[in-house]
Amino acid sequence: MYRYDEFDATLVGERVAQFRGQVERRLSGALSEEQFKPLRLMNGLYLQLHAYMLRVAVPYGTLSSRQMRKLAYVARKYDKGYGHFTTRQNIQYNWPALVDVPDILDDLAEVEMHAIQTSGNCIRNVTSDQYAGAAADEVEDPRIWCEVIRQWSTFHPEFTYLPRKFKIAVTASQNDRAAIRLHDIGLRIHKNDAGETGFEVIVGGGLGRTPYIGHTIREFLPKKHLLSYLEAVLRVYNLEGRRDNLYKARIKILVNAGGVEKFTDLVEAEWTAIRKSEIDLPTEEIERIRAYFTPPDFEDLPAESAVLEQKRKGEAAFARWLRVNTVAHKTPGYAIVNISLKPVGGIPGDISDVQMEAVADLAAQYSQDEIRATHEQNLVLPHVKKDDLYVVWQALTVQDLATPNIRLVSDIIACPGLDYCTLANTRSIPIAQRISERFSDLEQQEDIGELKIKISGCINACGHHHVGHIGILGVDKKGEEFYQITLGGSGAEDASLGEIVGRGLSSGDAVGAVEKLVHYYRNNRQDNERFIDTYRRLGADPFKEALYAAA
Amino acid sequence: MPLLKLFGSDLVPALEEPLQEVSLEDWCDNPQAHADATALVIENDIGVEHIAEDLSSFGIIILMFPTFKDGRAYSQARLLRERFGYTGEIRARGDVLRDQALFMVRCGFDAFEFAGDDAFAASTALAELSFAYQPASDRAEPVWRRRLDRPAAA
Ligand code: SF4
Repeated sequence: MYRYDEFDATLVGERVAQFRGQVERRLSGALSEEQFKPLRLMNGLYLQLHAYMLRVAVPYGTLSSRQMRKLAYVARKYDKGYGHFTTRQNIQYNWPALVDVPDILDDLAEVEMHAIQTSGNCIRNVTSDQYAGAAADEVEDPRIWCEVIRQWSTFHPEFTYLPRKFKIAVTASQNDRAAIRLHDIGLRIHKNDAGETGFEVIVGGGLGRTPYIGHTIREFLPKKHLLSYLEAVLRVYNLEGRRDNLYKARIKILVNAGGVEKFTDLVEAEWTAIRKSEIDLPTEEIERIRAYFTPPDFEDLPAESAVLEQKRKGEAAFARWLRVNTVAHKTPGYAIVNISLKPVGGIPGDISDVQMEAVADLAAQYSQDEIRATHEQNLVLPHVKKDDLYVVWQALTVQDLATPNIRLVSDIIACPGLDYCTLANTRSIPIAQRISERFSDLEQQEDIGELKIKISGCINACGHHHVGHIGILGVDKKGEEFYQITLGGSGAEDASLGEIVGRGLSSGDAVGAVEKLVHYYRNNRQDNERFIDTYRRLGADPFKEALYAAA
Repeated sequence: MPLLKLFGSDLVPALEEPLQEVSLEDWCDNPQAHADATALVIENDIGVEHIAEDLSSFGIIILMFPTFKDGRAYSQARLLRERFGYTGEIRARGDVLRDQALFMVRCGFDAFEFAGDDAFAASTALAELSFAYQPASDRAEPVWRRRLDRPAAA
């Protein structure tokens, strides 16, 4: 994985010193909250309902054991002993004190971590495929380009006060695990007919109150031009994006208001003017970065493991976990392990300091020292030998990190909602908890199969409800909390936006509604259809009927 | 509202000379009527390419920050410098604060009508970050170039 050199380290150190000064000026009263706000936001510090919240960047979701241990330490020392992984592959602390924040940032800088640009109207932390570097289906490791983008976008002088926040995701696989069509810019590395690799550039996706699926504005961009092309897109957006209305300021509105063609023309014209400049990195620098992502020294192993097969036969619970939570690795004899942060009745994405330490230990011993955070609020051990899977499973089980529910009905994404968020209409977390309790039967969950439930506490859609197979949106009707169901969304390669079905439901009915929908699906699915496939085949009406039929 | 100008890598107080200002619209409508103008004011929702031909008529161009969060003038300044080769003064006006000064300098601003009372701290703010990852109008050497130039590790 990428390691800082003296330049990276100096810049992060200087940033902490700068922010320490800004915090001091705030505490002394030299800065008003209004003046301080954009500065703290550039450093990931939000003011929430009850306290400050610090969002720490996990660049493209990759962590070492050492970094995970530091995150555990911060949770213990400055917070209430836990952290919360977000849908942006970042981690949030919900209870830091303002005076402590510069010290926290110093501690994080020791392990090459920071909170730079995790908020504010700038280019945010770049996200990627959580299986990058391990997936059997990738063209190359997308993190090389994530790191290229990280450096270019860090303290970019022109793009620090954009109309609105700006999110970029990169994948190198046909199977989209990074939701690239729902980002301001999504990049997909693929091979063209000539066998060269380059980027498909997708612009203007996003959720929030006006959700859009992104448009491809370029099928194939040679890799060496990535930064100049991004700079062209960002410049057009910075100059032309709306600033008069917070809700119309994202690039998706600009792209869709004037039409994709017009937007593409502007970008191409801008790019033509700047592509010969120094923005694009020379090959040497790209190769320098690439070298950090050289695959670890995998052992030469047989594809199947005898130990594993024996345990699989002997223990049904282990066999289930293998089926549900592990994924094929590109190297024979290895597997990718998903760590579920969604135990029955738990808070999606929450992890205690003790659990973090345990994950760090497992990664150090069994996964080449690497951990990934996923945008579905789980963790991954990317490189585990099949021979070791049984011990890893046992260790995870002890820590309540082995719930076999990845991609299943209880693997729910939920935004913080009214428990933390100032903008919320409704609570999200308790709904997630109750759904996961209602579907706690593992056999039933596995039988239901892939089913993505996503919950947002308001129209801002941080819980991505628009792209849930079943989405749940909290609305406020005359001071009462209601939940609106959407159906048929997807954030993957078959991206689609869910449709609202019928009237809002009380929190009690919302949980029952999910049950009814699942029931209807199980009775009407064909072959191995997933929930979403059945929904697409039959359309919304029968599901609506099932949902609202006299109960 | 002290006026500071960039000298080398420092911001120093400058005398406020009286300016004869003209807006870009007025200039475009009737350049002859504004022949004595010394400074051109460009609002931040107007494309700077409209003035590309006439840039040499002005020693000072004033770009606007209605609030510091409105960052359009960063792009305008870079275009003036890098695309249209403007070498005169580019002055920041409006909600111009210490904590944005470094980014402004990087985008080609070299004069600042500071709002707020911490103008004189702005010079220190310029030194808060030693390197830049990306090229911009200030010609700071990007980090990747420094990396290429450094002696190979022993
Ligand atoms: S969706 Fe709404 S309630 Fe949930 S975190 Fe976002 S802003 Fe807050």
